Amino acid sequence: MINRVLSRSAVIVVGLAIASPGAFAQDTPRGNAANGKKLFETTCFECHGYSGQGGGAGPKLINPPAYPAFIVQLRTPRNVMPPFTPKVLTDQQAADIYAYISTFAKAPDPATIPLLQN
Amino acid sequence: MSKTPDIKRRQFLAGAAAAGPLMGLATTRAVAADAAPAKAAVPAKPQTAGDYVAPIETTEVNKGKIGGDFMVDCLKSLNIDYVASCPGSTFRGLQESIINYGMNTKPEFITCIHEEASVAMAHGYAKIAGKPMATMVHGVVGLQHSSMAIYNCFCDQAPALVMAGNVGNGTQRRPGVEWAHSAHDQGIIVRDYVKWDDQANNLQDFAEGLVRAYDLATTAPMGPVMVVIDADQQEEVLEPGRKLFIPKLRARTQPVADPGALAEAAKLLVAAENPVIVSGRYTRTEAGPKHLVQLAELLQAPVVDERNRMNMPSRHPLNHSQRGAAMVRQADVILALEPMDLYGTLNNVDDRIGRPAQPKVRPGAKVIVIGTTDLNIKPNMGEYERYQQADMGIAGDAENSLPWLIQAIEKEMTPARKSAAAARGQKLKEAGAKLIQAAHQEAAMGWDATPISTARTSAELWNQIRNEDWTMASEVNFLSNWPYRLWSMEKHYHSMGGSVGGGVGYNAPAALGAALANKEHGRITVALNGDGDLMMSPGVLWTAAHHKIPILYIVHNNRAWHQEYMHVQRMANRNQRGIDRAWIGTTMHDPNIDFATLAKSMGVYAQGPIEHPADLGPAIQRAIAVVKRGEPALIDVVSQPR
Repeated sequence: MINRVLSRSAVIVVGLAIASPGAFAQDTPRGNAANGKKLFETTCFECHGYSGQGGGAGPKLINPPAYPAFIVQLRTPRNVMPPFTPKVLTDQQAADIYAYISTFAKAPDPATIPLLQN
Repeated sequence: MSKTPDIKRRQFLAGAAAAGPLMGLATTRAVAADAAPAKAAVPAKPQTAGDYVAPIETTEVNKGKIGGDFMVDCLKSLNIDYVASCPGSTFRGLQESIINYGMNTKPEFITCIHEEASVAMAHGYAKIAGKPMATMVHGVVGLQHSSMAIYNCFCDQAPALVMAGNVGNGTQRRPGVEWAHSAHDQGIIVRDYVKWDDQANNLQDFAEGLVRAYDLATTAPMGPVMVVIDADQQEEVLEPGRKLFIPKLRARTQPVADPGALAEAAKLLVAAENPVIVSGRYTRTEAGPKHLVQLAELLQAPVVDERNRMNMPSRHPLNHSQRGAAMVRQADVILALEPMDLYGTLNNVDDRIGRPAQPKVRPGAKVIVIGTTDLNIKPNMGEYERYQQADMGIAGDAENSLPWLIQAIEKEMTPARKSAAAARGQKLKEAGAKLIQAAHQEAAMGWDATPISTARTSAELWNQIRNEDWTMASEVNFLSNWPYRLWSMEKHYHSMGGSVGGGVGYNAPAALGAALANKEHGRITVALNGDGDLMMSPGVLWTAAHHKIPILYIVHNNRAWHQEYMHVQRMANRNQRGIDRAWIGTTMHDPNIDFATLAKSMGVYAQGPIEHPADLGPAIQRAIAVVKRGEPALIDVVSQPR
């Protein structure tokens, strides 16, 4: 039984992998990063930080997941994050936020920061 | 007054009038109503020696000891170093005795601006000094002001000696406010969250009550106690030959767990494939971390530290607090030492509609609890948390019991068990090293951001104190616990947990109490203090300056109660009402609070607001130099939310 479940899962994963690039690209709406910044700094920053660095209340958003995974987490989140329905954040607003968090700079290598060698 | 000849009373009034019209009017009214102000007024010059009439109070001088002096003797017998207090007339007798009879040493009067700060100072002091300090609070009103801090002490099992003034005899009360500051049963105000309270009927009763209160406060599970200091007893003249005695404090040992139960626990732990140790309010003394390391290394078991005290050295390879949930999930035997919230550690409760709960513990896992928390549960307040089922509940002070548990485990250890433990330990060591690497990688995110990241602030501060002797005296869960992840904490006084009761306004005064305890050791005390917390009791800055208590406050100024902001946003999401209004009632901007100016106004060296990360290191360096001179300092850091 376990083997059957695993093999079915494997098929789904392979299917997603094949379908993913094109489907994800088409599914990602064009977002307005400037508007996304305003929205982000109204609500998301509380848990994820102004720079998307994350912290005690929420994970980092630097290198965000692909848009479909992002929207699934936003609408039907895992763990403690509250759900943001389309009535609370429209699809366009969600796309704006996604556009903004995609601009977050990557973290520097900690080896280059002397204070993180102590 | 009625016996004073008229001529002399007129001369007195004439003299008073000469001192100034306003004072003359005031004096006339006061003298007519009450004899007491006569001493404060400017007396008339006597015409001749025979004309002199002494002011009323000088005819009532006490020539011997008074009750307040005896109360000071009682405090001295308990080796109380400090009494923190905001003045109040219901304890004027004892206050005068402390400063004049006791010469303001042991105990020394620490002037506070609010009674909540007085008791919160005692809370922090006890966790560093390892013994209680005293506080005096005004009858009824002062006790109610202090009640929040008393509750925090109770929740955190911290000993504090609270003395509340009272004028118990109604026929001796001054009309008016003294009635509002007295009660038949003051204990009822705080009885839900003190270990014991007492309202003595006489001085001998007081002495015995005070010593008993101290004894109970310092016996595990520790906690605050409240004794009433009656005004009549404070001001009572002790007639020569009156026999009063102060009972000798019992040399108290803390309860040790039953050896048979420890032997059984040892068998379970040694036989376990994946034992896990959970530590809560475990450490009381310097022996705490040493024995916990010894136990963890003997079992090669990970420690998940709830961080209510400085239990496990932060960089020890067996400290796996940062991945505590994963450790709990894979455990087959869990040993909990003085857990604060074992249910919360062993279960997930999601803050969603219905609050769904899921155990983290795998089916069949054994749970062993060693501690004293359950020995002092009060029925009303829910600080004891949800009942967590366990296989063994061993009553005893965990720190005192650990050497015996270690001995029992050593007896059970076979070469095969040692070999299995070593293999387990090697894996844990490798995983532990990755935790530190992960912390550094995550700290690098937003390293140069403005507002300044809490990781950056923590790293900058650590850089300045890591070669000093120090205490981090604040709770830092609202700074994503960065000090625990980035700093090397080893000694039992390097951190001290938080309020537990969650009464905001704990941090600033509790840290100052810790700094007071550290003063004699020359230790640097640092507090990463929330802005909302500091605004609850900003007067502690004045107390720090006035008493020259060295401490560095770094204000985590995120200009909001972000925890509450998130709660309101959660409700708005649940009710589908948008994201744009959760800031209302949860933020502190417009205007922004200028903490540096606030501190300077009370005589504290201050810098800020610091908005750029590059400015932070030099600012901390300058502030540490001030603290090393024995003075308080404050840096206002405009920060990220967490």
